[in-house]
Amino acid sequence: MSYLSLTEVQKRFGEFHAVQDFNLSAEQGEFVSFLGPSGCGKTTTLRMIAGFEQPTSGSISIKGQDVTRVPPNRRNVGMVFQSYALFPNMTVADNIGFGLKVRKRPPDQIKKRVAELLETVNLPEKGNRYPYQLSGGQQQRVALARALAFEPQVLLLDEPLSALDAKIRVALRHEIRSIQRQLGITTVYVTHDQEEALSLSDRVVVMSEGRMEQVGTPFEIYNFPSTAFVASFVGTLNVLPGVVADAGRGELTIAGQPVRLASGFEGSRGREVKVALRPEMVSLGAATNGQNQLTGKVSDVSFLGSIVRMRVALGGEGGPVVVCDEFNEPTLKLPNLEDTVTVNFPQDGPLVLDPKAPVESVEELIAEA
Amino acid sequence: MNDTRPKSVLTRLVSWVIFVGISLYFLVPLFATFLQSIKPKPNGVPDPTLAYRTVLGLQGFYVGLGYSFAIGVITILISLLIIVPTAYWVRLRAPRLRPVVEFVTLLPFVIPPVVYVFGLIRTYGSPPFLLLATNTGSDTVLVGAYVILSFPYMYRAVDTGLAAIDVRSLTEASQSLGAGWTRILLRVILPNIRTAILSGAFLTLAIVVGEFTIATYLARNWAFGPYLSLLGRTQPYTPAVVTLISFALTWIAMLLIAFIGRGSRTRVQVAGAR
Repeated sequence: MSYLSLTEVQKRFGEFHAVQDFNLSAEQGEFVSFLGPSGCGKTTTLRMIAGFEQPTSGSISIKGQDVTRVPPNRRNVGMVFQSYALFPNMTVADNIGFGLKVRKRPPDQIKKRVAELLETVNLPEKGNRYPYQLSGGQQQRVALARALAFEPQVLLLDEPLSALDAKIRVALRHEIRSIQRQLGITTVYVTHDQEEALSLSDRVVVMSEGRMEQVGTPFEIYNFPSTAFVASFVGTLNVLPGVVADAGRGELTIAGQPVRLASGFEGSRGREVKVALRPEMVSLGAATNGQNQLTGKVSDVSFLGSIVRMRVALGGEGGPVVVCDEFNEPTLKLPNLEDTVTVNFPQDGPLVLDPKAPVESVEELIAEA
Repeated sequence: MNDTRPKSVLTRLVSWVIFVGISLYFLVPLFATFLQSIKPKPNGVPDPTLAYRTVLGLQGFYVGLGYSFAIGVITILISLLIIVPTAYWVRLRAPRLRPVVEFVTLLPFVIPPVVYVFGLIRTYGSPPFLLLATNTGSDTVLVGAYVILSFPYMYRAVDTGLAAIDVRSLTEASQSLGAGWTRILLRVILPNIRTAILSGAFLTLAIVVGEFTIATYLARNWAFGPYLSLLGRTQPYTPAVVTLISFALTWIAMLLIAFIGRGSRTRVQVAGAR
């Protein structure tokens, strides 16, 4: 039996379906992320697990016990909020010890546990400070310690890092994962940041318009997106217009230039298709060893830290744009804007999507191929 | 760019003129009252402290002040018991009801006290709700009336305090930590709106202590307001002293609010690194 289970959960606000047919089973100690754009229902689902919202139908159980109608203060679920929600009138130590005080633990036990948690979140000297005396990152660490203090059955995190700056965000997410692994606590994490979800989670639930689009490991979600939405939302995706030349032999044209895929696909000659291609599959330079190559004009070059992202208008200005990522290294020779360049990609890189049925399973297409 | 400086000087000058004008409008009558209070010349010899000694020697002054103060404290407690949970609940669960609640709490501004008190006398002066026949009953009606009168001040103060904190997140954080409603209100919400509650309380106290119409018509003539009026009609210089004392009490109350609110720890960084 799974540790945390949501069965056929639905939530309606009047006529609006915030969450539909949500089914999830998480094992003890698993780290699950809900990933999706704003308004996709991920926070509503989290709030239903916390007990702040009642499902319109369906059930939620923790450790085999149905908690669908159990009030939030009796669920034994810890929650970390985007706005930290620390009690401004209490010191850091009092904030962390609040849940234990509610549970009427002896003062010496509370003191010991608070000290332990302050160590865990790397704030051993800050117990006597007030929240306003701490930085955003420190406040969120305190919020995490507070949520963990009473040893909850499930830890819920609602976009806990989105109010922090980029560097602290990365550092803190590693800390969260490390603490979660150390304590082995079942965790549900809500985020709209795909990098966060992919780097932290054992499994990711991608959501859109109140529905689960796909549930899988970060590897599965990124490499085998089951819907066009997942493919476009997770990572950057080139979707190029193609025309079928010989589907059986995997031949088509993109911007009038021939492309050959590793295997055939379905489609009659002259039919328009969409070709999905990850930027990291595309490299600058002419093709070697039977790779595909396309020629176009550079329309943009941007530095993204460890990678350099180039946009190439295939066949010249006004043509479909392919995004190409190169690792940023000192020997990299970057083209100038308007330069004519050739890009290459392997035959097994692209996936062919049917433009009239855009939400067809990409995974199935791969399997068929 | 060139006319920025002259404009700025002009703005500052106008600001100062307005400030000095308003200060004079406020301070000149106060100073005149003070001069009046030190004017007594018994037997032709000036005695500046006579009126002060007279007032402080009157037993009725202390009785009136004590009575009104006690009524004020009871009023504040009842008003808080009604207003704090209401304002909290409206902010948390029924934000759409806010305009309705605001309107209801503003009614004491719309209904003149004399109309209000006649309504009270008519309702509680005869059966089946005969309360005005006894002192306790009359005091109860007086407190009830003052509770209603305090609503605009208390609700606004408390609501402003609640607006300054993230009521929903703090409530949900407390709930997720296992706290029930009573603990959330007493340990989390109230301490964080302490200053707002104090300002509402002191405003209520100031209004109750100086209130005249309702206390008079409910035959509470020993209350501070009616007593001051009586004093003004019977003694020449003492009203000035009593006015100054009332001012002093109000100012002390305001200084207390400022002093207690000074160490407020409700400041919280909502987001971003420091």
